[in-house]
Amino acid sequence: MTINPDLQGRSYPAAEVYDVGREKIREFARAVKATHPAHFDVDAATALGHRDLVAPPTFAIIIAQRADAQLIEDPEAGIDFSRVVHADQRFTHHRPIFAGDRLVAELHVDGVRAMGGGAMITTRSEIFALGDGGAREQVTTTTSSILVRGEGQ
Amino acid sequence: MSPSITDLAAGQEIGSRTVEVTRTDLVKYAGASGDFNPIHWNEAFATGVELPGVIAHGMFTMGSAVQLVTDWAGDPAAVVDFQTRFTKPVLVTDTTGTPEPGATIEVSGTIGKLDAEAGTARVDLTVTAAGQKVLMKAQAVVRLS
Repeated sequence: MTINPDLQGRSYPAAEVYDVGREKIREFARAVKATHPAHFDVDAATALGHRDLVAPPTFAIIIAQRADAQLIEDPEAGIDFSRVVHADQRFTHHRPIFAGDRLVAELHVDGVRAMGGGAMITTRSEIFALGDGGAREQVTTTTSSILVRGEGQ
Repeated sequence: MSPSITDLAAGQEIGSRTVEVTRTDLVKYAGASGDFNPIHWNEAFATGVELPGVIAHGMFTMGSAVQLVTDWAGDPAAVVDFQTRFTKPVLVTDTTGTPEPGATIEVSGTIGKLDAEAGTARVDLTVTAAGQKVLMKAQAVVRLS
């Protein structure tokens, strides 16, 4: 299977809204073995000046990977998910993610380059919080490169 | 109490942490993150795609490593940027039914760079498993008081 080189420059608009729940923040925090009370205890979070539970620094991967799924599941892309290896990841937080946020992600395919029989694909998710009256506040930018391994790689 | 930038210097160590990982932890991370790629929980599938066995999600390793920084900073919201490259997979053996971990990840951090103007410190993380570096250029930028 060959990766479609025309993917570069493609964008996928914000689709479904992700509602950030307190229990999801707690579950994710436990799953990465985080123990900071600001992930679990609303009083501890507000004592630090936050409006609600604070998501761990890598929580945005949930929203970013949902956005990436649009690309991976796009039949035109030609990506075999079972041969995908995560190569690098970055999170830039314009502000923290809090419980109660309603988030959407725009996906941008910033790079596609052939590597052996496979390809390295770099994507960027711009994550926004929805406010009143359709306002959008920039929350997090994630960038990620995935290596789609060719046969024998 | 969060660290103050005036008390820090490049090269200073911020501490270390050991993360023990089991197959159950990978199933929990799959559920929490929504990443159900079977290479992280099914041995036959993993070896069938030419991997040495079940491997941890790179994002599990990245996400658990940063807790060293979060705890040091005193506030998870202080981590304004966090990046890494995934260089080696963390092989997690099946130790179900025993108290043994399937892998052990060692994390340590040092101050890489201070930016007094921005009020930030870059923490460089060294993350190893089975004696090999599994993350490269693992850097967290922390906003300090």
